Amino acid sequence: MRYEAPETVESAAALLAAASGEGRILAGGTDLLVQMRSDIADPTLIVDIKRIAETRRVTEENGGWRVGAAVTGAELKEHPRLKQVWPGVVEAANLIGSTQIQGRATLGGNLCNGSPAADSVPALIAAGAVATLAGPRGRRDLPVEDVMLGPRKLALTKGEFVVSFLLPPRPPRSSDAYLRFIPRTEMDIAVVGAGVSLTVDAAGTITTARVSLGAVAPRVLLVPEAAAAIVGSRLDRSAQDRLEAAARAVCAPIDDKRGTVEFRVEVAGVLARRAALIALDRARSA
Amino acid sequence: MAKHHIEMTVNGDAVEFLCETEETLLDVLRDTLQLTGSKEGCASGDCGACSVMLDGRLVCSCLVLGCEVGGRRVETIEGVAKGQTLHPLQQKFLEHAALQCGICTPGFIVAGKALLEKNPNPTDTEIRYWLAGNLCRCTGYDKIVTAMKDAAVAMRKG
Repeated sequence: MRYEAPETVESAAALLAAASGEGRILAGGTDLLVQMRSDIADPTLIVDIKRIAETRRVTEENGGWRVGAAVTGAELKEHPRLKQVWPGVVEAANLIGSTQIQGRATLGGNLCNGSPAADSVPALIAAGAVATLAGPRGRRDLPVEDVMLGPRKLALTKGEFVVSFLLPPRPPRSSDAYLRFIPRTEMDIAVVGAGVSLTVDAAGTITTARVSLGAVAPRVLLVPEAAAAIVGSRLDRSAQDRLEAAARAVCAPIDDKRGTVEFRVEVAGVLARRAALIALDRARSA
Repeated sequence: MAKHHIEMTVNGDAVEFLCETEETLLDVLRDTLQLTGSKEGCASGDCGACSVMLDGRLVCSCLVLGCEVGGRRVETIEGVAKGQTLHPLQQKFLEHAALQCGICTPGFIVAGKALLEKNPNPTDTEIRYWLAGNLCRCTGYDKIVTAMKDAAVAMRKG
């Protein structure tokens, strides 16, 4: 097994493209090393992207925020501004694992691990985040909701990897929130996750919204019907009911000991409503 | 394939070692550098017994590759006491019997010290959340929280 730690995006893409067997990106390693240890992954090449500067920084860009794919949860938490603008994205990333895991785990890894239950992904999708990919043929941008195709399946072509995410500029009175249900109080995998991002006008009416659900389908879902259910409202009880119904309507979850289909569908509506209420409360004071 | 030649700093000392790609930082610390204080509990990032500081950040050394740490700064349980003088947190673990079998203790000390350096007066809740990635099957955690709080008092007094 070969290990490389290139310092440029181009050399990382070239290494991955030329790999004869399985090439894997190493960022925080909190999924990859576990998979290697349990013989789920057996890469011939590991490309550590942490020495590529742009994967490791958080910068303002045209009024939005660009977050490197290898920025850790702990670094997001400590960032002086990001949590004010995107509290939902940061709280979602910070739900992943323990303090030790937060010291290593990254947004890029959480997305590219390809789990429908990834906590940061619904928050990124609700935020309208766009992933910047680099590959042997250059760079391209892909909305986060289009990166994952199914469990462990990504829309990335050979040699491509996620370099960074762009969180778009935020109009006044905008905010977001992420909630998940787990059977314990801490350190568990989402049974259902819900991210909501919205903007309200001066009168408190929702002008735009995005709703995303995790762990209720083979991929994390963007749910435009749920967003449409609350746009134009002040999230009164009837809008909440429409939101819950729209969220439940798209669920096609697995059935297992951690949550039955019926339970997951029910909880998806509840969490979407609660996340929307939190996002609305935050937006009013943002 | 040739082994990787890595230079790093451990507990303030420059060290160099050779490792295979698949060897973790924990493997290197224990098997190559003979720093066996860090323990392997789960080898999957769940138990925290292998906790070390990597460039000032608390991590599980079982989830770091040895070849990743070139030029970086690692601090382990072996660097916590100063000579024969225990760190206040180690002393309080002894006084409050915050350990029984002791396998988890190096991880708790490294992780707990990291919290106390960041937050000199943590609440019970802050301690329990910070240490949620350190598993102990003996104590039931209460004595660990008590030792943490008492160590915080001792450290604030200097």
